[in-house]
Amino acid sequence: MAMLSYERKYRVRGGTLLGGDLFDFWVGPFYVGFFGVTTIFFSALGTALIVYGAALQGTFNIWLINIPPPDLRYGLGFAPLKAGGLWQAITVCAIGAFCSWALRQAEIARKLAMGYHIPVAFSVAILAYITLVVVRPVLMGGWGHGFPYGIWSHLDWVSNVGYQYLHFHYNPAHMLAVTFFFTTTFALSLHASLVLAALNPKKGEPVKTAEHENTFYRDIIGYSIGTLGIHRLGLFLALSAGFWSAVCIVISGPFWTRGWPEWWGWWLRLPIWS
Amino acid sequence: MNGFGRNFVLGVSSSIAVLVVLAIVLTTFERPPVESVQRGFRGTGMELVYNPRTVAADLAAVRLPEVLDPADNDGPRASEIYENVKVLGNLSNAQFLRLMQAMTEWVSPEGSVENGGCNYCHNPENLAADDRYTKVVARRMLQMVHEINGKWQTHVGETGVTCYTCHRGQPVPAAVWSTTPAQGRSTGLLESSTGQNLAAPSVGLTSLPYDAFTPFLLQDHEIRVITRPDAPAVNRSSIKQTEWTYGLMVHFSEALGVNCTYCHNSRAFFDWDESSPPRATAWHGIRMLRDVNGNYIEPLRNVMPPERHGPLGDALKANCATCHRGAFKPLYGAPLLRDYPELREVRENAAQ
Repeated sequence: MAMLSYERKYRVRGGTLLGGDLFDFWVGPFYVGFFGVTTIFFSALGTALIVYGAALQGTFNIWLINIPPPDLRYGLGFAPLKAGGLWQAITVCAIGAFCSWALRQAEIARKLAMGYHIPVAFSVAILAYITLVVVRPVLMGGWGHGFPYGIWSHLDWVSNVGYQYLHFHYNPAHMLAVTFFFTTTFALSLHASLVLAALNPKKGEPVKTAEHENTFYRDIIGYSIGTLGIHRLGLFLALSAGFWSAVCIVISGPFWTRGWPEWWGWWLRLPIWS
Repeated sequence: MNGFGRNFVLGVSSSIAVLVVLAIVLTTFERPPVESVQRGFRGTGMELVYNPRTVAADLAAVRLPEVLDPADNDGPRASEIYENVKVLGNLSNAQFLRLMQAMTEWVSPEGSVENGGCNYCHNPENLAADDRYTKVVARRMLQMVHEINGKWQTHVGETGVTCYTCHRGQPVPAAVWSTTPAQGRSTGLLESSTGQNLAAPSVGLTSLPYDAFTPFLLQDHEIRVITRPDAPAVNRSSIKQTEWTYGLMVHFSEALGVNCTYCHNSRAFFDWDESSPPRATAWHGIRMLRDVNGNYIEPLRNVMPPERHGPLGDALKANCATCHRGAFKPLYGAPLLRDYPELREVRENAAQ
């Protein structure tokens, strides 16, 4: 595959975390590295296991394929392959693939002398996943508390787990997570519309600069966070959304067993007015 | 303010904020280990989650009344021995006295209840007289118990109920309800709270309507609000109606110490094929409560004195919590009725 004109300067040797020079090569435009190999390995094995599970289930309808976790009676032990063992193996593959990908991102960051922002950000997403399928099940004493791998089945799980706590919108961490998710999209839409407006002036006018962008926001809200600041804010909002999502599910069960509305009883019982 | 002063103020105020948050987090949550019960196919999230320490305390708090020695069925009937025996007349003397003694312990035990003992219901000058309202109420309640154990086995099963299932040694059961005064849609130019937004215990501290009992457990308003897939165009239910239903359902959950998945698969709340068996038990329970409240308790409002009325002058009625008290089966399924076959001998439709 032909190399693009600017691509050569990104092909920097070294900076690997594991494997030294052995996997330090590119396939076409893609850097491989030790963690590229492990990513491929875990992804291929995990996908094959899902296909096997679908075959056992008897459907290849993408919406209906369902790899459910074991029954609760298996606790934190191994379950037979066809009774949740597949879910366990696929979970190992998924964590292996996700972590490999984060480490591959870290190697690329080292090659390019960048900060670790990208692997750190991706790690928050991995943290949320691991919280769902490892941390919470371990705290509750059974792999059966993990969510099933299936497009519709995982939605059913989400619905029922929400109703285990009667009204999930009263979960304080869920409130924060939802707020951060909405704020992320809101900030992204503000940012995108500003950039698009600056870059697409009227016919015959020059493209506007950051100074115009700052002026626009100083005019309408009295403050502009700036071109670098908006990206820091976006990262903070997005990572907070993922982080509080992980918190809101890990407290549901291990740290609260009743309806979430009842948790707020502490507010009603404050000695100020009770 | 100079830089040092500003840093100091910032430091102190953020320390206070951190301490407050820490205090809330550390004192308001529960902790592992927790216990869970799987109630559906694996991975569906049909699961009950319990704090074992809370359950242990609830179990330890259950007090069962001492069972009196069985009485024989020989000799003349109570109706031949005593005057004015209207619903227990076909018991033997021993059975009759045994039941009277048991009812005293269940409802108005001497010592723990003011004016407790036999005289809580009976005029000591003339035990046969009906001049105490409590005696009239007790007679009607015996008929109600008979109705529940006979007609509503679909809900109470073979376990059945006795007076103690609700009363637990108190003349008025601890968990009763009365209709809350109605609110109009508005107060002046403002919309009123329309019977909700109070963080009321009756609906688990949610903002949902807090008197879901009057429309659903006394009257027979339609509880179902969800659109049926086979009739998508005919659903006229509003969000507001849905909140009333949700309020009732939260009461069910709180009263039984279970979550929504005990009865429902939330992917299709309406669908009986996907629901758990207890949903059928609950369906009969709703009808049972309408019978109990509408035909037995509410008609007694004129017999009862004002201090036994709600703010609107209605009787204090039953809901799920009256018997269940936070347990999926009242008294965790203790078979109280088994030891009192006398309660099955209440004569149906006896004259009052």
